[in-house]
Amino acid sequence: MPAVSYLQAVHDAMQEEMRRDDRVFIMGEDVGFNMLGATGGFLDEFGAERVRNTPITEAGFTGAAAGAAMVGMRPVVDLMLSSFMYVAMDQIISIISKSTYLYGGQASLPLTIRASMFYGGSNAAQHSDRPLALFMASPGLKIVAPSTPYDAKGLIKAAIREDDPVIVFEDGTLWTSTGEVPDGDYVVPLGQADVKREGSNVTVVAISGAVQAALAAADRLAADGVSVEVVDPRSLVPLDYATILASVEKTGHLVVADPSHRTCSPAGEIAATVAEDGFWSLQAPIVRVTVPDTHIPFSPPLEQQLYPSADRIAEAVRQTLK
Amino acid sequence: MDVASETSAEMYRRMFRSRSFELAAIEKLKTGEIPGALHTSVGQEASIVGSCMALRDDDYMVGNHRSHGHPIGKGARTDRLFAELMGKVTGINSGMGGSMHLSDFSVGSLGETSIVGSGLPVAAGAALGSKLQGNDRVTLCFFGDGASNEGTFHESLNLAAVWVLPVVFVCENNGYGELSAASVMVSVPDVSMRAAGYGIPGATVDGQDVIAVYEAVAEAVARARRGEGPSLVETKTYRFHDHAFGLPSPVYRDQAEVDEWQKRDPVTLFRARLIADGVLDEAGVTQIEDDVAAEIAAAVAFAQSSPYPSLDAAFDHVYTNPIPIRH
Repeated sequence: MPAVSYLQAVHDAMQEEMRRDDRVFIMGEDVGFNMLGATGGFLDEFGAERVRNTPITEAGFTGAAAGAAMVGMRPVVDLMLSSFMYVAMDQIISIISKSTYLYGGQASLPLTIRASMFYGGSNAAQHSDRPLALFMASPGLKIVAPSTPYDAKGLIKAAIREDDPVIVFEDGTLWTSTGEVPDGDYVVPLGQADVKREGSNVTVVAISGAVQAALAAADRLAADGVSVEVVDPRSLVPLDYATILASVEKTGHLVVADPSHRTCSPAGEIAATVAEDGFWSLQAPIVRVTVPDTHIPFSPPLEQQLYPSADRIAEAVRQTLK
Repeated sequence: MDVASETSAEMYRRMFRSRSFELAAIEKLKTGEIPGALHTSVGQEASIVGSCMALRDDDYMVGNHRSHGHPIGKGARTDRLFAELMGKVTGINSGMGGSMHLSDFSVGSLGETSIVGSGLPVAAGAALGSKLQGNDRVTLCFFGDGASNEGTFHESLNLAAVWVLPVVFVCENNGYGELSAASVMVSVPDVSMRAAGYGIPGATVDGQDVIAVYEAVAEAVARARRGEGPSLVETKTYRFHDHAFGLPSPVYRDQAEVDEWQKRDPVTLFRARLIADGVLDEAGVTQIEDDVAAEIAAAVAFAQSSPYPSLDAAFDHVYTNPIPIRH
């Protein structure tokens, strides 16, 4: 299998879906110029009607995606950075997440919102958000957070084909990472976790950018004779609790690593669910590795210490095995 | 007027239907059969029906929190709308939306949104969908003077203008955003003046005159259908009732102003005009009114006799493609 970058996998997923289905179109700020590298060549191949540069008007074009979806299109909204979602918050929550329900099932909103978590690069507090939990808290949205090129391609293709709104939280720290992606069509179904590494002593559920850190920690711990199982939920709504609970049943220990802020994070929700539904499997308290409840500082040495790293995850594993 | 007699008669029917529907709804709110709050548009029927009748059956329409009459104007049946107001399973939204979210996708009524200004981007998007699909459908979006101060108003007009979208924005300026007067809160005397900021046509018409509204909106619809882009039409109208039944209403306007506007009741005005112009005689008008009264009585009875949804229905339609709901 050829190795491609995460960003190339995102590109390929959208390109294949646009070739497959002429209801699919893309809109966002400067997508026609390939601003962030996911839409190279699209304008030439698909034209300006289907690759729409938008004014800087997030509420306007995000809401427009809802309207277009209601009348049978399948828009892909490129919101560029997840921090910009807040500008479109009313449209995402009040319109996109609720219209199918409010109108008693008369409306379907098959639209995809791409929003990258653009952290770790000294872009300071207003550009570095990882707002997974904010959107998980609103029913009606489906949410994925791929950690590999394979998952990114397969989940984005699944998202575009889904008859519901799906938010794709890409991890900007992974855009240049590479991985094997098979030629040809495939999807990664929503709601299926992936065991990225099998192990027997501790389960580390890792989300998005924390997955690579968890795998590095697992390598390091293996040298000390600790066997770590790394579970990547991949999809946060729906979330595959069965795979997580089965892993915890096997290992008896749980660490959850998540690049979100600690309070009300996906890690907190996963920990709470395992505490409720898998309590008797646990041999020790659950440990979370998250971002402290402070803002993201600009200064590089300050910023880098805040995210789940291999060091912090390894320490958490040792703590739960004490 | 050069509007066909048949169209005029149907306009009156829909205006009277909207009025009767809302008066029945107020009654049922007072008896406790309709829960929640009821934002009525009594006094605005000419604006509603004149606009909707300028559309084709397959065109789209987006309403707002004050939009009982809007799906009616677009041609929706009243029985399922009334059942929706009561939260019954037979409601058009299966009892999930209620007064502020009426809809009827079968007649192109793409729902109403209760966050002020939030429907404008949706309407622009429906118009974008039609454009991409290569059909000539037009989308009409209703909103109020209050919404014209929301960012989404400005974003949507700009977006529709730069993308030359087939959408008509109809501002029903009833003089008040909730309790605050447009004369205090809107920076210009006519909302339609704001069209100039987006390089699109803007017109203000007498919102109590259904034919004036129809003609202005029809011109904007024709322009949109020709592929020439969006327009803004402002109808100067008046909310005869307070902001909403079922919500507090401190004194915020003079009764003399209300009395003055009520002299120009759009239903009464059009009734007299139809007779004066010889479109219908007294018997013809009365026949429409009797038919509508019977229809509304049947709609109310239908709603009253319908069951509430089962408790499980609270978990339906969260998604089109369902996933397990976490309890």
